[in-house]
Amino acid sequence: MSTPLPLRIRRGLRLPRTLWLLPPLAVLGLVFFFPLYELVQQSLSGGAAHYLRVLHAPIFLSALGHTLQIGLLSTLGCLLLGGVLAVLLAFVPFPGSSLLSRFIDAFLAYPSFLIALSLTFIYGAAGLVNASLMQLLHTSVPPLNFLYTTTGVVLAETTFYTPFVLRLLLAAFGTIERAQIEVAQSLGASPWQVLREIIAPAALPALLAGGSLTLMLTLNEFGIIFYLGAKGVITLPMLIYGKAIQEFDYAQASVIAVVSIVLSLALYALYRLSFNRLQRDHALPL
Amino acid sequence: MNAGTPSLPLPGALSAPGSHAEREPAASIEHIRFDGVGIRYGRQTALSGFDLTLHAGEALALLGPSGSGKTTALRALAGFIPIAEGHIRLHGRDISGLSPQQRGFGIVVQNYALFPHMSVADNVAFGLRARRLPRAEMRTRIEHYLELVGMRQYARRRPLDLSGGQQQRVALARALAIRPDVLLMDEPLSALDAPLRREMLGELITLHRELPDLTMLFVTHDQSEALALADRVGLLRDGELLALDVPKRLYDRPPNRFTAEFLGQTNLLAVEIPQHPDNDDMLNVCLGKQVLRVPRPDDWTGAPGPGWLCLRPHLLSLEPAAGMNNRLDSRVLGAEWKGSHYRIELEAEGQTLHVEANAALPPPAVGNRTTLSFAPTAGWLLARDV
Repeated sequence: MSTPLPLRIRRGLRLPRTLWLLPPLAVLGLVFFFPLYELVQQSLSGGAAHYLRVLHAPIFLSALGHTLQIGLLSTLGCLLLGGVLAVLLAFVPFPGSSLLSRFIDAFLAYPSFLIALSLTFIYGAAGLVNASLMQLLHTSVPPLNFLYTTTGVVLAETTFYTPFVLRLLLAAFGTIERAQIEVAQSLGASPWQVLREIIAPAALPALLAGGSLTLMLTLNEFGIIFYLGAKGVITLPMLIYGKAIQEFDYAQASVIAVVSIVLSLALYALYRLSFNRLQRDHALPL
Repeated sequence: MNAGTPSLPLPGALSAPGSHAEREPAASIEHIRFDGVGIRYGRQTALSGFDLTLHAGEALALLGPSGSGKTTALRALAGFIPIAEGHIRLHGRDISGLSPQQRGFGIVVQNYALFPHMSVADNVAFGLRARRLPRAEMRTRIEHYLELVGMRQYARRRPLDLSGGQQQRVALARALAIRPDVLLMDEPLSALDAPLRREMLGELITLHRELPDLTMLFVTHDQSEALALADRVGLLRDGELLALDVPKRLYDRPPNRFTAEFLGQTNLLAVEIPQHPDNDDMLNVCLGKQVLRVPRPDDWTGAPGPGWLCLRPHLLSLEPAAGMNNRLDSRVLGAEWKGSHYRIELEAEGQTLHVEANAALPPPAVGNRTTLSFAPTAGWLLARDV
């Protein structure tokens, strides 16, 4: 009677290992795989001809162009602005730099649509800048009218996503040995050479990670464009919203959504590929 | 030595102990001068009224415990930290306001600070690129300095593929490749294990011999490194330079108690000094009831009073020998085997002292009385207030 008991205990210990996988799989299936499956199935309901028709439609091509343009320009803006700010915060300490750094942390929790709202208060038709300029120039027409164009969207997205790049860069700069910079200076390197040859290679993985993260987020950004009310700027997420919510054309919306997902995944794969190649060629620190 | 890393062509100077330490600075042309330098970190004073002159071509070691200000002095000279007061002069010219780039010093630091994404050759080339040297000249220098430190065959490797000792050699080649006339070294051997440290020390001594025009400032907390490498040693405590002299004189004739205790093992015995005639080269000092004869320090005022008798453990003997005219009756408290010798603990006139005894002979039994002997010249007298 006493022999089978340990066997049962051993079996009981083995079972939970597989059981532990089930809850996360069930949650993933419910919130991710099932909606994705439904989306893909819905997009295929019209067959290949439907796909071709949607993908060749001028409105889709225009939205794709806008999406890539805004995504790439905003990412570039974030990398440039984030890079400059990170270098200043990490290597050129000034009074209040730590306070600014903490503010950036808090900024990450800021909702994106509030950025759009803030920019409207500053650059909008009745915003601070336009109101001042109208008074100064004695005109009733707002002189600045870029906020509701692609430029305005890029400005808003750059403002909102720069802290994401900045935070990653500051973390990467924190790992650079200060002695390396000092030795480089002692060897006669100019600040530009130190930045180019010591700091930049060490920050490259963070720059790539920040860039790819920003690119994926800006490609799928909806709230900022929606709140800015830039009517002429139709991106893929805006087009999906229009087709699904305003026109109830779920089939077409699903096709565009699938293309949007494929685009994001392709860009992510490209990022991983270039990162791995860089790591192999230059022995990146990450 | 790590496997596969060739040594410098000359043997390490550790093979000739004493010869280097006795050397007086060859040149006395002033190269670098700290002139009343003060450095503060917030409210904390790291260096205060610091005066020090380095002669051209000499190796000077700054030695001291953690927080003594030795690294601060080196970093100030390198231009990494601003000085609050005083001046630093190079060949008489005030360089206090110059950036590290403008000073042109070579520097080697504890953790090597090699650039991990560059090859060994690129690391050495870094300073040469900054100086925009022609390619052919760069190639010649890279090969020469990598050869000098025995790392030529590792030119294409990344620093992370090298051992600690190899990385430090590359750091040295990188610093020397710009042909500085001043080489600063901040604890360059601290990150290495003991055998590698000994080997690298020998190679640094060889380097100093091979580059006689190179002025070296070497910061360390390890007295054996300082004594072996330096032409002169400066001893710091709490941001003040307490002693500065050639290593042997500093060891044999320490100017104060801190130097006596920090440099090597020592016995400091409280003694009384009676009144002496001014013309006597030797003094009689009283350790309890026992009278010992020791050299009269040059700066001795002649006034009677208390003093410290400094006796190095290896200069005391349990076996009387010729010339060891001082005798000290003592009792054995313990014996500790140290491999090369026994460290015997004794008590004499209520004071504890240590002796290094021959490991080939059995140590005296604990509790036995014994007579210690030492030559009069083995003792060194310090005033009680220093």
